[in-house]
Amino acid sequence: MSKILDDLRYADSHEWVKLEGDIATVGITDYAQHALGNIVYVDMPEVGDEVTQGEDFGAVESVKAASDLLSPVSGEVVEINEALEDEPELVNQDAFANWIMKVKVSDPSELENLLDAAAYAKVCEE
Amino acid sequence: MKTYDKLIFELSRPGRKGYSLPADNFGVNGIGEIPADLLRKNEAELPEVSELEVVRHFTNLSSKNFGVDTGFYPLGSCTMKYNPKINEEVAALPAFNNIHPLQDATTAQGALELYYNLQKMLSNIAGLAEFTLNPYAGAHGELTGLMVMRQYHMSRGDNKRTKVIVPNSAHGTNPASAMVAGLEVVEVKSKPNGSIDVEDLRPLLDETIAGIMMTNPNTLGMFETEILEIAKLVHEAGGLLYYDGANLNPLLGKVRPGDMGFDIMHINLHKTFSTPHGGGGPGSGPVGVAKHLVEFLPNPRVKKGEDGKFFVDFGEESLGSVSTFFGNFGVMMKAYAYILTLGKENIRNVGPLATLNANYIKESLKDDYLLPIEGVCKHEFVFDGLKDKSTGVTTLNVAKRLLDYGFHAPTIYFPLLFHESMMIEPTETESKETLDDFIEVMHKVAKEARETPEEVINAPLTTIVRKLDETGAAKNPILSYRALKEAEK
Repeated sequence: MSKILDDLRYADSHEWVKLEGDIATVGITDYAQHALGNIVYVDMPEVGDEVTQGEDFGAVESVKAASDLLSPVSGEVVEINEALEDEPELVNQDAFANWIMKVKVSDPSELENLLDAAAYAKVCEE
Repeated sequence: MKTYDKLIFELSRPGRKGYSLPADNFGVNGIGEIPADLLRKNEAELPEVSELEVVRHFTNLSSKNFGVDTGFYPLGSCTMKYNPKINEEVAALPAFNNIHPLQDATTAQGALELYYNLQKMLSNIAGLAEFTLNPYAGAHGELTGLMVMRQYHMSRGDNKRTKVIVPNSAHGTNPASAMVAGLEVVEVKSKPNGSIDVEDLRPLLDETIAGIMMTNPNTLGMFETEILEIAKLVHEAGGLLYYDGANLNPLLGKVRPGDMGFDIMHINLHKTFSTPHGGGGPGSGPVGVAKHLVEFLPNPRVKKGEDGKFFVDFGEESLGSVSTFFGNFGVMMKAYAYILTLGKENIRNVGPLATLNANYIKESLKDDYLLPIEGVCKHEFVFDGLKDKSTGVTTLNVAKRLLDYGFHAPTIYFPLLFHESMMIEPTETESKETLDDFIEVMHKVAKEARETPEEVINAPLTTIVRKLDETGAAKNPILSYRALKEAEK
């Protein structure tokens, strides 16, 4: 069974987000890393890029497939996880510890469009 | 010799030779008038080996190759049918082999006639007006077809049409080709059986849609039963329909994409028309179009004059050239031989036999493998891995284990609609005995997965190289001998 953390919000496209102040930390879920298999590349945005809720901000490439990353929030990218440039497999090791980007959110109320842990668990079961 | 794994560079010894050149009678040292700044300063680092070493090297390597000639190759979406040897004989005919694309058309009438006849045959098979045989392979055909689509809209001043609809079950080349053609990809959802969701399609159809790309049967091997409705909707919205010919095999001589409403399509001669592919030979991706698009086909085109003579033509409205000269002519000769060998009647047996073989395997294995879509498939079908998910054995493990039993693996992890996709396409050329052998081995692997899962997880156990480091290969590819030497340092 894949791990789901209670204190995060989730998109049905398998990204997680954690909001602290107006900074949202974004990554992919344990379910997603498991479904993708060994990850070989994470295509990340650049600091300063604008991202929009529901639109792609990058991609994850595994030995099986390449998959778009859809941003769970809108705002400006303030930091990316540079460690993933050389070691994308960190996402396989712990998808929740190894976040992909941090976003200064323009509209915190957007998080209400996302799923809580229980609702996301249901998406994974389907 | 079973463990032979040398590179030819490793056999090299200074001064060893397998040839002798005649004396230089002209005093130019083979260099002639090449400007000094274009001449290389150092000797080329070619392997120095004897003729016997070269022969042994390549003979040994060739015995390691797996192909349709050595065993069953159920690679889904690839139509790995047998390549009849008469095709090779035809393609090797010196009268065709030794002509030059720049020689005068009046002296190459036979070759032009073959090109002309083949495009006519394909037009009849497809139910379209005309074909170009110039594109080199399937994805190149897709790009060419989309360029025709774009050219059509632009010729009408309809410049807003920049989007192409692609189902989420499509072959990966479809969205890739659309991007390369400078068009934007819009995804349409498919229903659980892989068919396009017409209700999801409807709202996407507006004046920005250039067209839709589809394959029928779809990538789950199911026939798109609503194709006429889809064609009507897309045409009413001013778009065109593109048919990805990768899955044409089951329809050959039975159903024509043109009759379903498609305006443009490509055919993979190397799949449907039996020419070797997948490391065995180059491809060919002819593109056919409906009557209103003929003028946009790429140059050069082969036409027949009123005097019965064939000539090369360059159309003014053409989208331009997509290849040097006429594409892969040798492949066309093989496909031409294949069509003539089968003839009009026998070609109609291809689809039903391919369909029968696929359904036979599907029904025989669905007790052990998870069949997500019930019903009669066409030439191929998809399992979502083993039925028993408790063993920890994945589709990748099963695929590797098949190698131990002497079969090529099916296509795995495509389509993306399921997590453990395993796409099996037997083709029409396999006997019932071969299919039964495969079914028996698949059952055996499923049993192993239940009883001795570690054996399957650690497969392959008997191949020359064991499980490969796919992550390492993707992250740090070593693609040349020089790079290997560097990496070893």
